[in-house]
Amino acid sequence: MSNSKFYNAIFAAGITLILACLMIGIKLDNEGAQLAVKGATAEQWGWIGLGIAIVFFSQLFSSQIDAMFGKIPKPNLGAMLPEERKMATLKPWLIAAVVVIMLIWPFMVSRGSVDLATLTLIYIMLGLGLNIVVGLAGLLDLGFVAFYAVGAYTYALLSEYFGLSFWACLPISAGMAALFGFILGFPVLRLRGDYLAIVTLGFGEIIRILLNNWSAVTGGPSGISGIAKPTLFGLEFTRRAKEEGNVPFHEFLGIDYSSSYKVIFLYLIAVLLVLFVIYVINRLMRMPIGRAWEALRDDEIACRSLGLNRTAIKLSAFTLGASTAGFAGSFFAARQGFISPESFIFIESAIILAIVVLGGMGSQVGVILAAIVMTILPELAREFSEYRMLLFGLLMVLMMRWRPEGLVPMKRPHLELKQ
Amino acid sequence: MSELSLYLLQQLINGLTIGSTYALIAIGYTMVYGIIGMINFAHGEIYMIGSYVTFIVIAGLMGMGLVSLPVILIIALVVAVVIASTYGWTVERVAYRPLRGSNRLIPLISAIGMSIFLQNFVVLSQGSRDVALPPQVTGGWNFGDPSVFEVSISYMQLLIWAATLITMIGLTLFISRSRMGRACRACSEDLGMTNLLGIDTNRIIALTFIIGAALAAIAGLLLSLYYGVVNPFVGFIAGLKAFTAAVLGGIGSIPGAMLGGLILGVTEAMTAAFFPSEYKDVVAFSLLVLILLFRPSGLLGKPEVEKV
Amino acid sequence: MSQLLLDVNGLTMRFGGLVAVNGVDLTVKNRQIVSIIGPNGAGKTTVFNCLSGFYIPSDGSVMFNGKQIAGLKDYQISRQGLVRTFQHVRLFSKMTVIENMLVAQHRHLNTNLISGLFKTPNYRRLEQEAMDRAVHWLKEVDLLEFANREAGNLAYGQQRRLEIARCMVTQPELLLLDEPAAGLNPNETKELDELIIKLRDEHEISVLLIEHDMGLVMGISDHIYVIAQGTPLADGSPDEVKNNPDVIKAYLGEE
Repeated sequence: MSNSKFYNAIFAAGITLILACLMIGIKLDNEGAQLAVKGATAEQWGWIGLGIAIVFFSQLFSSQIDAMFGKIPKPNLGAMLPEERKMATLKPWLIAAVVVIMLIWPFMVSRGSVDLATLTLIYIMLGLGLNIVVGLAGLLDLGFVAFYAVGAYTYALLSEYFGLSFWACLPISAGMAALFGFILGFPVLRLRGDYLAIVTLGFGEIIRILLNNWSAVTGGPSGISGIAKPTLFGLEFTRRAKEEGNVPFHEFLGIDYSSSYKVIFLYLIAVLLVLFVIYVINRLMRMPIGRAWEALRDDEIACRSLGLNRTAIKLSAFTLGASTAGFAGSFFAARQGFISPESFIFIESAIILAIVVLGGMGSQVGVILAAIVMTILPELAREFSEYRMLLFGLLMVLMMRWRPEGLVPMKRPHLELKQ
Repeated sequence: MSELSLYLLQQLINGLTIGSTYALIAIGYTMVYGIIGMINFAHGEIYMIGSYVTFIVIAGLMGMGLVSLPVILIIALVVAVVIASTYGWTVERVAYRPLRGSNRLIPLISAIGMSIFLQNFVVLSQGSRDVALPPQVTGGWNFGDPSVFEVSISYMQLLIWAATLITMIGLTLFISRSRMGRACRACSEDLGMTNLLGIDTNRIIALTFIIGAALAAIAGLLLSLYYGVVNPFVGFIAGLKAFTAAVLGGIGSIPGAMLGGLILGVTEAMTAAFFPSEYKDVVAFSLLVLILLFRPSGLLGKPEVEKV
Repeated sequence: MSQLLLDVNGLTMRFGGLVAVNGVDLTVKNRQIVSIIGPNGAGKTTVFNCLSGFYIPSDGSVMFNGKQIAGLKDYQISRQGLVRTFQHVRLFSKMTVIENMLVAQHRHLNTNLISGLFKTPNYRRLEQEAMDRAVHWLKEVDLLEFANREAGNLAYGQQRRLEIARCMVTQPELLLLDEPAAGLNPNETKELDELIIKLRDEHEISVLLIEHDMGLVMGISDHIYVIAQGTPLADGSPDEVKNNPDVIKAYLGEE
């Protein structure tokens, strides 16, 4: 072990001490009108000490630790799958099995679990949508939640003011979100990528501010409540029909009323929507537009020289991503029955981005798995919920450093020439 | 003068005050962008940390019985600058340096992760609620006819102007005169070439993060004293504003950042004069989109020539 | 009116105070191979960037097929039938060879989302036609057997050929080649030589090329332009240029 290594470790530990001491070691507190400081508890100092020790030793033994990590094979989930030819015959069966399980499963578990699954499906939809933008087209969108909000409010407002049904609003919401994406993307996508990141970040904030302040229409901070639930060919899932002459679902079938029918019905709609989104994205990846996204990510200059209009191609990815969010948004509004600007803050965008990054940019399987992990873990570990965002942030930094391709790296469908 | 013109004069004064702090933060964005061509997403959080450190030092020193305000402020300034610079340096070391040379998206995401981390780190350590400090620098000048409209310039505003001016002059001298400043300029011209010439570009990049963080800390100190309130989320919106200022002035250009900050501050104050104040954020953001639409290189920036 | 495919007059490109290209005139007729030569840094690639729309020329006119194209966007120009390659190979390295060929035909394909989602007959037909064209050109450049290989894994000479095939599949009238022989061995250069001549004689397109390999240039060019320091120095047939004292001075003076 060289001397410089030792000094390096001391230095890093010193920096950690400085960084931690003031923020964790001393806490500000308002006592009446005056501001006072309090020292940390002994337990907190213990944590600071532990942190410093970790930094010190990890720096001191950094090469050993790196070597150790080097020896651990990266879990290549892609390689665990059977080989391609076998996979091709296996795949339809596998998909069918998953779909069947997803359809039967809700009837055997508790209402809470089904509800959580529905929430997970919403995040899967959002993750897949953002994956088009970030993973496939390589554009960083930090205000994705804005399009989610546009979708949600579109349904809520159309349903409240014009009495339109969920099914009619679903495409309208997606269209509205796409329109917003188009208007926003058009000026910005001609420019370098980083501008898009910051403009979308600002856009997310602006949408929230507008929703909060345009009280006459959006209800302001108190939001919109009593949003109509989806119906099954006009059958409602309430105990009594809201509209004159309508028959509720249970009466129509002649079974007893149960509130879990509604939950299961919403879950099934979510499954349907997710399957639809997956199908569309899968087609897109094999279509000329999907190839163009990738080509543009690979070499923009070559694309331009071949007559590809880069703005139009990026815009298509951006708007398609936005419309997926709009889709998810209108379902979200229908499921909750209540929406307010609180549901559409930056943290949501950050969580969706974390899902895409963790799962693997461009990888659909990865994004789905990550969305499941990211929504179910916080439920399991509620006592750590306040650390959730801290960990998400840390996770993004660590992932970019050690495994930027994500847990399940993208496997692109190669087009083959049949000889 | 009429009531309206006096009112607008007041708004102009307020706008220049806020604008000069935007300019300070914007310089951090512009310098980092000028050298590594990337947005430092965690910059707003550094500003927020600077604000917190200011409050901690002031409250701590007053708790110890120190009464001389100038001494308190100077100590607060020094500590805030040192701590924030350390954070700035760490951000570069952890989120940017290991990723140099990889796909552009990767450091961007890592910096956003850093920003989320820092924000929540402060939420956890200091709580998410507003922390308030009673006004320290009080008093000011009033002029104009009290029966029509009284324009006031507070000493705090004068302090902000003076501090900003001194900082800007100091920075300009540093960049134009010192060896390190020259190296900085060389790096922003051509990073690879500067490296070949035997200048440790890693050190220069770290230096720009440190300078940017120090300026953000000064802005944090000034603004937190001006508003008297801080919470862990102030960095987010301030960072967005300052970035707008940097783009407005022409990203990569230091005088541009200064100009952009002032213009943005005044625009916001004028908006607030006629519309509900929440809409000033909307105006700032619309300004950003409009500039990108019509003059992406900003007011003082050089148009980018693509290397084919 | 004679058959001028490309007619450039007084092309000038300034970067701030620097004049990189100064009053260059250039004509290319149908089925002609024209070369631009000149010492390093003479502004040859800048001329290409201006012609292909990557730069908007500060001054001068560029007529292509009788239409003004100066000031059009890069992708619009390439859709008019003027397509270029680059000094450094620019392939989509993670895509297969055949996919590279399909991306180049993006605008010929049915990119309508709905028809793509449902694989309408029209969509399939266009996709199949694009595939056929791709196969045709891969055969022409002798790369068909590598169709399913990742482009980044090809040998350097093959990558160069793929780049030309990828341009040709867009059905251009004028092909701009920026130093196509750079980094090729003599054998590969000879194949390239034959390929360019075949493009002119069999496929009836014109080629404008920048090249340092004098053997190649003198062997295949119908007309040669010499540029030095952004300014036109001389032009004429290979023999005229070879014996022009100014040209000899510019080249020898540099060395």
